[in-house]
Amino acid sequence: MTTAVDSTAPKTTGAERLRLLIQPALVLVVGAAVIFWAFDRDLTATQQENINVGNVSALIWQHLLITFAVTAIVLAVGIPLGILVTRPGARVLRPFIVGIANIGQAAPAIGLLVLLFLWTAKTGFWIGVLPIALYSLLPVLASTILGLDQVDRSLMDAGRGQGMARSALLFRVELPLAIPYILAGLRTSLVIAVGTATLSFLVNAGGLGILIDTGYKLQDNVTLILGSVLAVCLALLVDWFGGLAEFFFNPKGLR
Amino acid sequence: MTEQLESQPSSGAQIVLDHVSKVYPGAKQPAVDDTSLDIPAGEIVIFVGPSGCGKTTMMRMINRLSEPTSGRILIGDKDALSIKPTELRRSIGYAIQQAGLFPHMTIRQNVGLVPGLLRWDRKKIADRVDELLDLVGLDPGQYADRYPRQLSGGQQQRVGVARALAADPPVLLMDEPFGAVDPITRSTLQDELLRLQSDLRKTIVFVTHDFGEAVKLGDRIAVLGQQSKVLQYDTPQAILANPADDTVAGFVGSGASLRQLSLVRVKDVDLRPHPAVHRTDSLESVRNVLAGSEYDWVVVVDDRDRPVNWVRESRLRHSQTLADALEPLDVVSTQSTLEDALEAILAEQHASAVVSGPGSKYAGVVTLDTLIDTITRLRSEAEAPDGDES
Repeated sequence: MTTAVDSTAPKTTGAERLRLLIQPALVLVVGAAVIFWAFDRDLTATQQENINVGNVSALIWQHLLITFAVTAIVLAVGIPLGILVTRPGARVLRPFIVGIANIGQAAPAIGLLVLLFLWTAKTGFWIGVLPIALYSLLPVLASTILGLDQVDRSLMDAGRGQGMARSALLFRVELPLAIPYILAGLRTSLVIAVGTATLSFLVNAGGLGILIDTGYKLQDNVTLILGSVLAVCLALLVDWFGGLAEFFFNPKGLR
Repeated sequence: MTEQLESQPSSGAQIVLDHVSKVYPGAKQPAVDDTSLDIPAGEIVIFVGPSGCGKTTMMRMINRLSEPTSGRILIGDKDALSIKPTELRRSIGYAIQQAGLFPHMTIRQNVGLVPGLLRWDRKKIADRVDELLDLVGLDPGQYADRYPRQLSGGQQQRVGVARALAADPPVLLMDEPFGAVDPITRSTLQDELLRLQSDLRKTIVFVTHDFGEAVKLGDRIAVLGQQSKVLQYDTPQAILANPADDTVAGFVGSGASLRQLSLVRVKDVDLRPHPAVHRTDSLESVRNVLAGSEYDWVVVVDDRDRPVNWVRESRLRHSQTLADALEPLDVVSTQSTLEDALEAILAEQHASAVVSGPGSKYAGVVTLDTLIDTITRLRSEAEAPDGDES
């Protein structure tokens, strides 16, 4: 039936549900284990400067803030741009905008960070956030375009034929039908953002990258391992939230 | 402006296409070339023609999904081109192939969509949805809160019709709405559309490429050729009996005579008398009836004169009682079509269709001769200059 969305639409499968249950448990166990392992040993004074409850929780919080800011930017920019380039009047912009997003993703994140730093001669939170946002934009933009493009033309015709204005058609038909695609793209963007946020220490924007960097420079494996494992756990946790969003926000009739 | 269209609920509005043309940008030839058509209020008019003849484009110009390049379109006494397209469309029901229901909305939300756009209050919309689902034969309690994919194709199509009727529009546009369902379901849906229409008397423009469907549903059929040229615009009977040209004849196809039979009901032809006996009659009297007639079989009726069996002469000879010789009988009613009667004639060994009239009483028989006479009469009526449409 073409009345239902194309069968290739992302769907929450049984295996996916199982993963949604197991993943947070795994994150908790591994996260707790590495924290216990790192804090429960005789630390040198230098190590204690990095490995203490206040510092580690502050870094985790910074890391989450960066991820959150990146996600907000990616959503606020990617979805409207995706909508824009699928409107009949603005299709000509499409190769241009998708091209920019492609360059953003193809360029190494570290290069983007450094370039922005060199260009603005500034450091700090936003100098870390903006390049990462450009780097993670493509999945949301591409999936928004894909999601809007795959909406069955006959449904658009039915909507128009019943007297829906273009805006009503967009908000009540096209976007709801594109949500599964957009959420799948968002999940990818989130994972890219949380991973790349480990580089933001380079421009003094904080995050768990500081632990990794310090551990590496001081050849201190405890700090290095703590930072790396926590970054991995955070990535898995963020991915889990993305999965939850897909589970709860996908329109019911499409499941 | 929609107010005026809505103020005449339940009855159709006349549609006039006045020298309408449509040229798609970049196309050399117009899709619709200077076509005029007068669609009477309250009738089902079928646009039928080969693929690509522009019949869908012509229909879509009525609700301006396709803007005419030139010409006028009147709905009721309003110029459709002077009404804002979204408002115009809310006052015209629209049903398409495969229903086109929104998969992320429940049946209730789908059917209540246009009333919602027209800003009816919630209670009124809910009541209307229940009423419409009942009308198309779906129990609201069971189906209203389901999603389209939980319904069969035929049920989705019913919802599609309900949605088109939601705001009680005077005009309904239907674009091959039953094209994607199996033949049995399609036939049921067609019957139900006719049943609905007998109450609602909407003006329905119905596009199909199936001439059989056109004959079954149409009060009038517009046979369209290339660029929506109207090759013939007449009642199904007239087109079947007297196609305007070879193109129409070719489209009507070789089954034209059979289709004509499906348009005439048994009550409209003269039944032939055939001897009948009562179930409790003696063998002797039955033999006398047979001997006194030119036939070798008789109809057997029960206490209330209903035809229930038949008996043939050859079998009577070897029987002790009438009951031993009885054979079961299929009857057609006066409401059946001549096509049904033909089916019965071909199926029965006595080569007749026994007809039960009012109160299921025995009324007479239809034979092949009756059918041949009828077709001959229809043809001569269609060819005669003052031939009427029955």
